[in-house]
Amino acid sequence: MAEQDIDAIIRVRDVTVQFGTTRVLDGLDLDVKRGEILGFVGPSGAGKSVLTRTIIGLVPKVSGRIEVFGVDLDAASSSQRRAVERRWGILFQQGALFSSLTVRQNIQFPAREYLRVSQRLLDEIMVAKLVMVGLKPEVADRYPSELSGGMIKRVALARALALDPELVFLDEPTSGLDPIGAGDFDELVRTLQRTLGLTVFMVTHDLDSLYTACDRIAVLGNGKIIAAGSIADMKASQHPWLQQYFNGKRARAVVA
Amino acid sequence: MSGDPTLERIAQGEGLALCAAGNWTARFAPALERIVSDAEKLRGSRPHILIDVSQVASLDTFGAWLIERLRRSLSDASAEAEIAGLSANYSSLVDEVRRVGPAPKAASEPLLISVMLEQIGRTVAGISGTIIGLVDMLGAVLAAAAKVLIHPRSFRFTSTVHHLEQVCLRAVPIVVLITFLIGCIISQQGIFHFRRFGADIFVVDMLGVLVLREIGVLLVAIMVAGRSGSAYTAELGSMKMREEIDALRTMGFDPIEVLILPRMLALVLALPILAFLGAMAALYGGGLVAWLYGGVDPEAFLLRLRDAISIDHFIVGMVKAPVMAAVIGIVACVEGLAVQGSAESLGQHTTASVVKGIFFVIVMDGVFAIFFASIGM
Repeated sequence: MAEQDIDAIIRVRDVTVQFGTTRVLDGLDLDVKRGEILGFVGPSGAGKSVLTRTIIGLVPKVSGRIEVFGVDLDAASSSQRRAVERRWGILFQQGALFSSLTVRQNIQFPAREYLRVSQRLLDEIMVAKLVMVGLKPEVADRYPSELSGGMIKRVALARALALDPELVFLDEPTSGLDPIGAGDFDELVRTLQRTLGLTVFMVTHDLDSLYTACDRIAVLGNGKIIAAGSIADMKASQHPWLQQYFNGKRARAVVA
Repeated sequence: MSGDPTLERIAQGEGLALCAAGNWTARFAPALERIVSDAEKLRGSRPHILIDVSQVASLDTFGAWLIERLRRSLSDASAEAEIAGLSANYSSLVDEVRRVGPAPKAASEPLLISVMLEQIGRTVAGISGTIIGLVDMLGAVLAAAAKVLIHPRSFRFTSTVHHLEQVCLRAVPIVVLITFLIGCIISQQGIFHFRRFGADIFVVDMLGVLVLREIGVLLVAIMVAGRSGSAYTAELGSMKMREEIDALRTMGFDPIEVLILPRMLALVLALPILAFLGAMAALYGGGLVAWLYGGVDPEAFLLRLRDAISIDHFIVGMVKAPVMAAVIGIVACVEGLAVQGSAESLGQHTTASVVKGIFFVIVMDGVFAIFFASIGM
């Protein structure tokens, strides 16, 4: 994966992250290409969320280099960084909706801060985002504590999409959803990716998501990417963890 | 800047073509909104209007929606505006925004005066609820305490010791420091004013009575309400938000017994100890100032103090301490359990916990003053 890929929207090179004496990521390389949905898998505690948070800049790294949209985030000035941040959207694992704001205010928050447009347009765009993520406009004036788990995920996705980003990070988007809801969510991500031309970086444990939504899969193990490629490549791999993951009991159930 | 969105108007016989070009994206949203609002005024001017988007360089939800909004506002019963030149990869986006209906109206703001009146009414009506809540909690805590007395093994000893460390041991430095300083100030002010009458020595009477009966315990109770009452409310409130209290309940534990009783007990034990230490620190500070500033040497100070105060003064102060601790603890726990799902609510209840705690402490102090006066202590 060392070859220079011009179309890589995220380029992670030799990144090491350490908490105390535990090395979580150890010289990791990863590329995410423009317009693809990358599924990111690995055993629990392998550091999937840590990598996501490192790319976003929430976790400091010991060494290495991360470029997003061709901008080296360590060397970037604060205005360059803000410009990058406007071009990505993030769906946190627990939604991370602002609990004291309504759904309407949550979704409008980034646009209200960054764009000088009328309240009317903000409201219309908010409804458009709600419709896109498959919610009814009536939920607009509810507070996050009055929403179900699935609705929180959808509202959080709507907020992540508020500024029409080019890149979306999804941290376990389907965890905690029922299989039908999870399937709908995968479908939704696919549709949005097609209509908006998104690049999606998706951390997931959900085999169904990997089969139906993802174009490419990267596997994390021992702080490195141990494999990357299509679902067929994964199944053909001889790595024991991959063997178990993609050809195990649960995996067979998905394929059947 | 290149790529700025434009909308050119070209007459086509009877009709009109609006040619969109440039970037119709969120970055240009303010400009786009202006362009579209201007173009919406063309409504009804021509029988046939065509919106040509073939020159659009890039399109996102903002652009797609504004084009759709333009189409809708230019269409009326007689004429339908059309969108033309849509490339394949954008057509699904436009289809998506076509499903968007009108935005639901945000609840309109009522008149300020009626909001104020409503607030006053609600607050007054809420007073009875507050008192019932406090009495309810007092009853629940006493019931839990009785249960623990019958089954001593269910008592959470470790938890109580932990909270005792938090609210008592760790509070000692700040409590001692502040009461020491207050003792110094009372003494200095007393000497400064009494000196005019040549009554310097009476500062010892004032200091002794004031510190042991009132200031010692009141000051410490106010500090504990601010320091530990707020902590209790915040702890219980965030546990409530994360459904930890519900989890306890479903496992068959009584949250009152597991969470609240150890906290209450720690507070009831801690406040007399802190009040005693505080009173001693205040007397020490007062004596120090009396010596250095007023020239009352320690021997004279102690002699005078022995005459001025009796054990009654000390008892009056100490008896109040556990009652005030119970009031602070109950207010803090009631507020903690009343926290709703939002961060804002947590803040409001923590504030309410401290404000109500201090208020009730002062009310209790007044009630005690009346009581002790009538029994002649």
